[in-house]
Amino acid sequence: MIGLLYNETSTVNDFERLCPEAWRGQISVSLNQGVYRIRCDPDQLVEISQWLLADVGCVFATLVAEKAAARAPTLSYIFIDPNNKRWISIDLVLEAGRVSSLVGFIRGPSFDWHERETSDLFGIQFEGHPRLGGFVLHEDWPGASSPMLKDVDAYAGRESRGVDSRWNLQTIVAAPGSFAMPIGPVFSDFAESAQFLLETVGEDVIRTIPRFFYKYRGVEKRAENQLPDYVLLLAERFSGTSAFANGMGFCQAVEKICSIEVPARASVLRTIFAELERLRYHVSVISNICNSTALVVAASQLAIIEEELLRLCCCVTQHRYLFGSLALGGLARDTPIEMCTHLQETISEAGDRLGQLETMLRFSSSFLDRLEEVGRVSHEQALDYGLLGPVGRASGLVFDVRKLFPYAAYDKVDFGVPVEQEGDGYARLRLFFREANHSVAIIQRLTAILPEGPIRANRVELRDGAALAAIEAPAGAAFHWVRLKPDGTVDRYRVTPPSFANWHGFHLAAENFAFQDFPIILATFGLWNAECDR
Amino acid sequence: MANWVFKGIRTGIKTTSYPKRNEQAPGISPGRPVATKLQSADAAADLMRRCPTGAIRAEDSIVTIDHGRCVHCLRCKNGSPSHVSWVTDYEWSVQADEKKARQMLAKAFGRSLHIRFLDAGACGACVSEARQLNNPYYNMHRLGFFTTPTPRNADVLLVAGPVSDAMRLPLKNTYDAMPRPKRVLAIGACAMSGGVFDAGFATAGGVAEIIPVDTFVPGCPPPPLAILHGLLTIVGRKPPTTQASVQVTEARPI
Repeated sequence: MIGLLYNETSTVNDFERLCPEAWRGQISVSLNQGVYRIRCDPDQLVEISQWLLADVGCVFATLVAEKAAARAPTLSYIFIDPNNKRWISIDLVLEAGRVSSLVGFIRGPSFDWHERETSDLFGIQFEGHPRLGGFVLHEDWPGASSPMLKDVDAYAGRESRGVDSRWNLQTIVAAPGSFAMPIGPVFSDFAESAQFLLETVGEDVIRTIPRFFYKYRGVEKRAENQLPDYVLLLAERFSGTSAFANGMGFCQAVEKICSIEVPARASVLRTIFAELERLRYHVSVISNICNSTALVVAASQLAIIEEELLRLCCCVTQHRYLFGSLALGGLARDTPIEMCTHLQETISEAGDRLGQLETMLRFSSSFLDRLEEVGRVSHEQALDYGLLGPVGRASGLVFDVRKLFPYAAYDKVDFGVPVEQEGDGYARLRLFFREANHSVAIIQRLTAILPEGPIRANRVELRDGAALAAIEAPAGAAFHWVRLKPDGTVDRYRVTPPSFANWHGFHLAAENFAFQDFPIILATFGLWNAECDR
Repeated sequence: MANWVFKGIRTGIKTTSYPKRNEQAPGISPGRPVATKLQSADAAADLMRRCPTGAIRAEDSIVTIDHGRCVHCLRCKNGSPSHVSWVTDYEWSVQADEKKARQMLAKAFGRSLHIRFLDAGACGACVSEARQLNNPYYNMHRLGFFTTPTPRNADVLLVAGPVSDAMRLPLKNTYDAMPRPKRVLAIGACAMSGGVFDAGFATAGGVAEIIPVDTFVPGCPPPPLAILHGLLTIVGRKPPTTQASVQVTEARPI
């Protein structure tokens, strides 16, 4: 599976021993919580990261910055080695508060937004980065400039800026008659806030410059000094449409730190709910795609299924978006047997109807004309930008955390990872359909083997430590990194949602297209800004 | 394309009969805790302890709920014994303070109301529930409610979210661009009180901090019928829920 994508040149198996050998003892490697941690000098970052990406075949996952009071900031560049299924992290201590940017090197784009975000929130300088600042904190952000520093009070209210933030942006299209058309932040019927600047010469749009973080609510800062029980509320509520997945990511990180064993019944139920959420998410995306092409009947048919799934979620978990189902060490409530039967029946009926609609859509040529060869992202681009989830898989990237690092009950169920190669809007639509079908199958199989027993670990004791959890949210891989203090409160919560990586790649698809295709390209990405902005 | 037409016809009518009749289908609303009188002060104090956002207040044995702060975490409901009174309804919208609230829109708007939606940092659940208003189950068009892409044509500003820093000005500008008479409907706990995000370095802690709000719909997120109820109250086709009409229910056994 992995061989399709990544070159298998790497034969490094005993990483702890071989890595220092390859670097002639210049670096030290230790294994901690399942992550190989490479400690090295900031000057060596470029060399070592290039070695990991090019020779070992790693992909970049996330960048975690930390800054304790009166200490130098630290950075952890976390990589996944998909060939050997392991985590590798490069840990740096930045005595000078600056480090070389990786944007100009191999897979540079996948580091781009991480560096911009860390620069905005921690005030760390990434030398050689072409454009720092004005990213998470838009231009003219008032007050303290680096809000993630410990001396900034998360609860101090303050006056708003009195003027609209200037967007210091360079347009590049210089053809006669060219202009930039802004869309947003308030636009369309029920759109989320974001701004897209379309550089155009009239009918054709040459390139798209998106601007996000209109919805920055500072979830990571809010989580600090709070007990995990409260942070779980935040983890569920920064992105309501992938609440269960992100909540589960946070729970898994805390459970890893505190060595909490989740009972078998809870882990199977968690998997069922996660797939239920993915199914609802995908149906909603497909409905939006149909809506964007003005195929209203199909959009309504799918919206009917979506609403029925929302009602199903409410019957089974008492909340339409699965809020409040999770608890540290398992689940908050058990699901009675009659609800499991109801779930099984409704899901299989929804799956059948989804299949019928898919067939009808595949034979609606006017619909397909709007999707085929629209918004194409090539395999190389997807790899460079580190695109995740359905968007990445539609461009041939076989990357699925459920397979790579099976969590919850994903090792108990057999399923494939669908992949498409074309990378256009139609490939993404097919992929959403195929994944929805897989979710139906997983739910059916797991409800059949749901074990009896407790739904929550009987002992939940908090202790200090740090851990990383990866989960496959509906839009792709999400990385939750948590550090707890000795009193059990959260010291640092770093969440890297899939939308963050995928929105970065959005401009690749939104290039050289006709104006009327913009909403279609937007819909086929199936992303939520709330998840990206946090 | 004719097959789509037949497909639509074969599906039949799915639309709810609300507001004519109450909708009873399971799963339309998660319900919410309501004020109650318990048999002991200890039981009331236990409920207050369980609430992570301070929505539940206990005085002796009387429990009151600040729905503007309730984020539907269901922690007051979990485990046994639970003393909470839980009601599965959806007519939740309340008027802002009497001094601040403007009158209901005139009858002329009753069946022709244009809505501009604004996302002021919502998590997506409120946005998704608002989108459901267009699905065949709720179909707000049948009631004469329409969305409009420009605030210049809008009668109602439908706002969700705690108002993130970058959305303060767009929110104010959108409101200012609307012609009079105009009304503001704020949906969700975030839009009422800031919800789990509260007020702080990145959020204003509620829409009323920035623009005057007429009607609030509590919930995290409010289900589509609750939002529909909010819109109906704005045009006077349904009465809002008043604080007085929230009955303190009978004493419950422990």
